[in-house]
Amino acid sequence: MNTNNETRKTRDALHDEFLKVWGNPRGWHALTIVNHTTVGIRFMVTGGIFFLIGGLLAMLMRTQLALPEQDIIEPKLYDQLFTMHGTVMMFLFAVPVLEGLAMYLIPKMIGARDLVFPRLSAFGYWCYLFGSLILMSSLVLGIAPAGGWFMYTPLTNNVYSPGPNVDFWLLGVTFIEISAVSAGIELTVSILRTRTSGMALLHMPLFCWYILVMALMIVFGFPPLILGSILLELERAVGMPFFDVARGGDPILWQHLFWLFGHPEVYIIFLPAAGIVSTLLPVFSRQPIVGYRWIVLAIISTGFISFGLWVHHMFTVGIPQLAQAFFSMASMLVAIPTGIQLFAWLATLWTGRPVYHVPMLWLVGFLFIFMIGGLTGVMLALVPFNWQVHDTHFVVAHLHYVMVGGMLFPLLAGLYYWLPHFSGRMPSDKLARWGFWLTFVGFNTTFLVMHLTGFLGMPRRVYTYQAGMGWELPNSVSSVGGFIMAMGIAMVLLDIVLHFRFGRPAGSNPWGADTLEWATDTPPQPYNFISLPDCPMRHPMWDQPDLQTTIAEGHHGLSEIDHGRRETWGSDPVSGAIREIIHLPGNSWLPFYSALALSVLCISLLTRTYSMALIAVVASLLLLLSWSWKNCVYLEADSAVKPGYPPLHSRTFNGPGLWGMVVTLLADGALFLAILFGWLYLRVVAPNWQAPDTAPLAWLPLLISGVLLTVATFWHHFIVRRLRAGRDDHLQGQLWGIAVIGLAHCCVFIWAWSASSLVATQTAHDAVIAVILMYQLFHSGLAVIMTALQAKRVAYGYVGKTAPYEIAVVKPWWIYTNAVFWLSFLAVIMLPIAWRSA
Amino acid sequence: MIPSLTLPSLIITLSFLSGCSGPQSILNPAGPSALAVSRLWWGMFGFSVTVLLVVMTLWIYAMRRKPRPLTEAQADRINQSWIIGGGLVLPIAGIVALLSFSIPMGYRMLPLPVAGQSVPHIDVIGHQWWWEVRYPDTDIVLINELHLPAGTPVDIHVTSSDVIHSFWVPRLAGKIDMIPGRTNVLRIEADAPGQLLGKCAEFCGVGHAHMLLEVQVHTPEDYEAWLEAYEYE
Repeated sequence: MNTNNETRKTRDALHDEFLKVWGNPRGWHALTIVNHTTVGIRFMVTGGIFFLIGGLLAMLMRTQLALPEQDIIEPKLYDQLFTMHGTVMMFLFAVPVLEGLAMYLIPKMIGARDLVFPRLSAFGYWCYLFGSLILMSSLVLGIAPAGGWFMYTPLTNNVYSPGPNVDFWLLGVTFIEISAVSAGIELTVSILRTRTSGMALLHMPLFCWYILVMALMIVFGFPPLILGSILLELERAVGMPFFDVARGGDPILWQHLFWLFGHPEVYIIFLPAAGIVSTLLPVFSRQPIVGYRWIVLAIISTGFISFGLWVHHMFTVGIPQLAQAFFSMASMLVAIPTGIQLFAWLATLWTGRPVYHVPMLWLVGFLFIFMIGGLTGVMLALVPFNWQVHDTHFVVAHLHYVMVGGMLFPLLAGLYYWLPHFSGRMPSDKLARWGFWLTFVGFNTTFLVMHLTGFLGMPRRVYTYQAGMGWELPNSVSSVGGFIMAMGIAMVLLDIVLHFRFGRPAGSNPWGADTLEWATDTPPQPYNFISLPDCPMRHPMWDQPDLQTTIAEGHHGLSEIDHGRRETWGSDPVSGAIREIIHLPGNSWLPFYSALALSVLCISLLTRTYSMALIAVVASLLLLLSWSWKNCVYLEADSAVKPGYPPLHSRTFNGPGLWGMVVTLLADGALFLAILFGWLYLRVVAPNWQAPDTAPLAWLPLLISGVLLTVATFWHHFIVRRLRAGRDDHLQGQLWGIAVIGLAHCCVFIWAWSASSLVATQTAHDAVIAVILMYQLFHSGLAVIMTALQAKRVAYGYVGKTAPYEIAVVKPWWIYTNAVFWLSFLAVIMLPIAWRSA
Repeated sequence: MIPSLTLPSLIITLSFLSGCSGPQSILNPAGPSALAVSRLWWGMFGFSVTVLLVVMTLWIYAMRRKPRPLTEAQADRINQSWIIGGGLVLPIAGIVALLSFSIPMGYRMLPLPVAGQSVPHIDVIGHQWWWEVRYPDTDIVLINELHLPAGTPVDIHVTSSDVIHSFWVPRLAGKIDMIPGRTNVLRIEADAPGQLLGKCAEFCGVGHAHMLLEVQVHTPEDYEAWLEAYEYE
């Protein structure tokens, strides 16, 4: 009895001390929260609201289509409705909700206290919220984008879509994508570098594998669309003719850039949902998942294959037959990894002892719907069949089977599964079953018959149709089904709202799960775990049933908190062996203000008030720089750690910042490759490509500028090497020297540009070169600013041989900038020379 | 599970039986390309329904059955055969079968030269929101109207004067996009004289829903007569 009280006291005392460091503020200061649990829930709730709005838009469309030749909704509005329905569901609901779920769960599953860049998570959320609000405001103002969610140009250029409608889409979605990419970077580095002691890659819960691959796919997949949006916006606002045939551009380039993103996007949405299935099934089958390694292989190969089949959205564009056969085959290959997962799940059920709970219902629903979507997907990959049903309601049915089956149903399974984790209470079984059956029946009634509507020849995106085509009955059925499904969703919502009040307490680990997220309190505390356990195993909660208690009583690692730092383990990316203590930043206004400044920029670009835009750029730059100044590298006195512990990350060369930088550069590199792709594509394919007879840029000044850049890069590399050897004499002076050489490089570069004969609004040739030059200048300029800032920090004593962390982070940026320069030089200067002489 | 599926499956079966013959139905083909695709569809439909039913049955059975106790080695063997059989063999066999049908089929639909015969062509230009149809070597220009001879292949050369449209006569063949600055070619052939309907398939702005094309198929003799009569007009 006495010892029990004793433990309880220490347990509560530990909790209070941790809360002092990790606690979330209330009131206005809640805007400063960076904790992953809060940010994850914000993402999910916001995404859920947009799901309801997107659903409402769909209901309006189904009302209009219920009967032939209705004029409830005029075509102008109808076009806005379907454009916004697709955009909202894809960009404002599916991706953010799944990111939110991943942000909420990943640290808990890998035994960490927070994501590795907490302020970045908050920043991502604010970008998403503000971007979404800007986009949605267009609908309220009646000037929403109306070009379809894939925004094919020339319909979306300023000739055929004057007015700000399309600009809302391009700017708003780009803003939201910044949030997606930052989440991708953050999740990648968190999964690789912050797993608890001993959790090797092959000990990770499968969900983490799915999220890792999803995050990397975001990193590579979103940049092409970001580039495409920037190019189209430049064409609309400034008149640079990337997609204008008359001036040497090509509208098909937009389709390539869009689907280069758009197809991986489907798997970016499907993979986390499949991750939910792979997490839930073994728990409800009471045995480990079958074929763990097979599934890991399947996830990774899905990631790779999904980048090789974007052209199957473009089979009717008139692409050569050989290429079509290739992409047709590649598209079908996806059936293999999907089949492996499907049958691994089946085998898990087969040899397990399944128990029934509501999440299982949603999983069966998922299987049925997703299989139909997958089978029609294989059909669509067949070129002759695709020519017939492309752009009809058959495709509408197919994509809803894939998206709703492959995303919404697993998500709802996951929602019911983790609801006790979010709230500590159980939902009602009865309401939940009603919700499922209404949604399931409603969905199939709407969309199964829609395959037929497509066969009967009804194209997508028509606001009405004439009687006598045989389209009346299937359309009426679809509309009725839509409303049944809406009732089902309403039932689920009701259940969730009611469970907060009436649900019975869940207790800890109500499903008997195996993964670490159930070792936290339910609902969880902001610090997740008082102490971080060793976890060299796949099923910690099954192997150590008392884990929750021992964690809360502080029996494991890193339970000291008197230093007042937010800390979590930094570990080896493969073995999970502890390498350092990662010191995480606390709550901050910077993410909120930076996102606010960027949204001012977004709005001023929308309204074309460029003076305001300039102010916003400067404000964002200042905010982001002060962000980089206020990081977690402190003076020696604040950095003591308990003897026997590894050092703080700021004392190492290979900390999370370096990983964040490298992953960011991967995204950046994907963007640059997309630019090079555009350059080569237009050269080869554009019907009216016009290149000047004489080279528009003089090569000699560019060469000089490049040599200066290379010198600066090598010098930077050299000082990092000296730091590694423990020497930091003249560090400040050397950094200033590098910055000055970098500045000289920029000046020569600008001079070469201004002396050129480029007219960016005249031909696509000049416009693309201008974009490449801008891209280079942005990178060179930022390299100079970062290095100058480092020199300042040396003066303050934040950087030096005991704290070499930051200089090592800047180094890859220099190397990347240098690589971009020489690749561009090759593509823009050397290639045309070779071309002409050949 | 079962009762909930009855309603939608009943609806879809009934509609299939009644609806396939619609005036714009791809399952009511009026030309060789559309015929090939509709056959392909029925084949794939049978295959898919079988796969779906088998997997669903297995899944539901797996959830309900009481497995006998297995040793680890036995369980491993069962699991391995599920993954290899269902995850590798089944999809690979399916893919090979489907591609060996579809690639030659797609190839036959291409506008390739026909031995011993020159294929006539017709130019179709998309506008927001109407079709301009031109018969080369004549002065004939039609709006929203296309006349074809029955029983002979014809190449439709499509392009656009403004945004992207897509040429589609569902009962004859698949669609082809009409893109400014490019000319795409679609080979079509109608079996018999009669009236058909075409529609713009790529969203092209507010008038998209009303961008319709009337297709009139004549016997070869009537077609020649029509061409001449039109020329003299």
